Amino acid sequence: MERHFERDLEELKERLLWMGSLAERAVHQAVHSVLDADEKLAQTVLREENAVNELQIEIDDRVVQLLALQQLMAADLRFVLAIARINNDLERIGDQAVNIAHSATRIVRHPRVKPYVDLPRMGELAEKMMRDSLDSLVRRDIELARSVLSRDDQVDQLRDQIFRELLSYMMGDSSVVFPAFELILVAKNLERVADHATNVAEDVIYMVAGSDVRHPAVDRNPA
Amino acid sequence: MNFRLVWRKSLNVVMLSLTGLCALLTVSALFFILGYLVWNGGKDLSWNFFTHLPAPVGEEGGGMANAIVGTLKLLFLAALFGVPIGLLGGVYLAEFGGRTVPFLVRYTADLMNGVPSIVIGIFAYAMVVMPMHHFSTLAGGIALGIMVIPTVLRNTESFLRDVPRSLREGSFALGANKWRMVATVVLPAASRGILTGVLLALARVAGETAPLLFTAFGNRYWSPGWMQPTSSLPVIIYTYATGPYEDWHRQAWAAGLVLLGLVLVTNILVRAFLSRGTAYERT
Amino acid sequence: MSSTGASAASSMDKATAHNPAMTTSGASTLRMKVTKLNFYYGKNHALHNVSMDVATNKVTAMIGPSGCGKSTLLRTLNRMHETLRHTRLEGEIALDGVNILTLDVTKLRRMVGMVFQKPNPFPKSIYENVAYGLRINGHKGRLDEAVEKSLRRAALWDEVKDVLHKSAYALSGGQQQRLCIARALAVDPEVLLLDEPCSALDPVNTAKIEELLFELKPTCTLVIVTHNMQQAARVSDSTAFMLNGDLIEFSQTGHMFTTPTDPRTEAYITGRFG
Repeated sequence: MERHFERDLEELKERLLWMGSLAERAVHQAVHSVLDADEKLAQTVLREENAVNELQIEIDDRVVQLLALQQLMAADLRFVLAIARINNDLERIGDQAVNIAHSATRIVRHPRVKPYVDLPRMGELAEKMMRDSLDSLVRRDIELARSVLSRDDQVDQLRDQIFRELLSYMMGDSSVVFPAFELILVAKNLERVADHATNVAEDVIYMVAGSDVRHPAVDRNPA
Repeated sequence: MNFRLVWRKSLNVVMLSLTGLCALLTVSALFFILGYLVWNGGKDLSWNFFTHLPAPVGEEGGGMANAIVGTLKLLFLAALFGVPIGLLGGVYLAEFGGRTVPFLVRYTADLMNGVPSIVIGIFAYAMVVMPMHHFSTLAGGIALGIMVIPTVLRNTESFLRDVPRSLREGSFALGANKWRMVATVVLPAASRGILTGVLLALARVAGETAPLLFTAFGNRYWSPGWMQPTSSLPVIIYTYATGPYEDWHRQAWAAGLVLLGLVLVTNILVRAFLSRGTAYERT
Repeated sequence: MSSTGASAASSMDKATAHNPAMTTSGASTLRMKVTKLNFYYGKNHALHNVSMDVATNKVTAMIGPSGCGKSTLLRTLNRMHETLRHTRLEGEIALDGVNILTLDVTKLRRMVGMVFQKPNPFPKSIYENVAYGLRINGHKGRLDEAVEKSLRRAALWDEVKDVLHKSAYALSGGQQQRLCIARALAVDPEVLLLDEPCSALDPVNTAKIEELLFELKPTCTLVIVTHNMQQAARVSDSTAFMLNGDLIEFSQTGHMFTTPTDPRTEAYITGRFG
């Protein structure tokens, strides 16, 4: 029997996915504003930050209403809780994109430090992880979500690599310290984006399978 | 200690046996009467009995057709007069409120029930027979009708009250006024019980003799229409049983059997009908 | 009546989502309006100065502990209190602007129908049950179309279309209640009052009737009394909380169940009452 609140659940998912697409676009544009030294693009990202924040508030409101009014159980309950958590992660991702855009506006004042090799790779990885985690939400695909989890290490390694490289550049030439520092920040922000994407993937696994795969080190069955 | 126990046990057995014995006696009384009637009256039941008029005094043979038809006509009139009054009175008592009037009506009806049937007969004599200057089926019907009223009234009231309030509310909520509600929902719901009450009341008055003695009186022949005196089963039993002829005595037994049969069969059918349950669901 | 704008069934208005002070459209008209209602059972002052709005084509719920007066209030809306003796009513109840106390009561009850707590089908066939309201209004003869329409509206047609002649008591409890809803709908009322309609039913049948209310909403205004506040949360657009004959709080359901204004409301809703 179809229940009327199923429409509300569908709408909730749609709003979240819309937020996800906005966040995805923000990250993509922010990264490219750095790689292409495109200040206009960076300004676009900064301008559109509001939309993501508004959606976070809207989605939280919807979640509260659904939980208060509909006594959701089992899969429906896990779904709404997962949406609430993903909501926060997407907002943080938005924040990271804004940070990257800010860095971009500062980097453009300086000449390019070095050809960008690892950074675009990192950007692509982070974006793909984001996209896949949201796809796994839509398709309820646990395998896809797990694959996102496994890629996090790669991103971490890339960040460390970028740190080391830029550090050596900074030690060699003090004039590149400002832009190099901003680039390190950008790498850090991208690593955070990837982290949040893994959070989203974990929430999807919880939603679909009911198992909480966060913090494998924690003992869930203390004797 | 042991003695007390033995005493209690034997007392138990004795009392149980006594109660069983009394129950048996009660039941056997009915069967005894029935059996006696069947034995004595059964022989004379014949096609003749049901279709022929009584033979001239002293002659053998003849039947009770006019008595049977007379009883049926009297019952018809009793129903005609008594049932509408009793029914509508019962509706009034059940559906319309107030403290004093319903109380008075019920009290009066119960008193009426207790009035000796012969007194009702005298009343009908004074009211109907005397102005008309002759006995009639009508007078007898009226007398029996009066006796039917209290039973039908109380019975109707009882079954109407049994109809759950929720049905009444449902009808009101659809825009029915009080009378519509009673007529279309409550009465149909109680109809089974009311009908059985009516039949039982009629079966009871079928055997009343005293009121008929000075209203319908009696008739050796067919009674045409409603204005002539008519024969009836209870009166003919009285007449024949106290008469001098052996033949008459036998016919009295047979009439008694027919009357009892009429009453018993009505009772049994009515109880079977009622036990099938009420039309509505009890809350 | 302020709102967070998140009435569960309607699409979100972004502006109201984060601006609680802004009300949703005041465009929904009022089908019924109760103004300063005082009700007496004999000497017992059962309702104190109650004022409430019933919005058109919406579900208004009334909740509160036993004896708070919610059923009493419901029954004044179609003057069913007049079937009892020694009741007295002061104040105004308006239907489409007209004071219902001035209307002919049988006409009123055709415009404001009622479904009761325990299903109460008449001892007639399913067909005749549904046709009853129409018949007492003067319709004669075959009412097939009207009966079918009502049974469809009550989501019962498919289950009974082949057994219309059977006694209503052959149906299960949940079906009987839907039959009672069909019966009430047959006369096309503007408002349908439901007095704890699901309290005698099991969860599956309760869910069926709750979904039915959603289907009825666009063509009928619904007022429901329920002792189950979760049900009020699930189905209603506005909720009134009553206590000891007073209307404590009346607001959009989403608002009442997330951020009630009165502490007594909060105590009741969080189950800390009594």
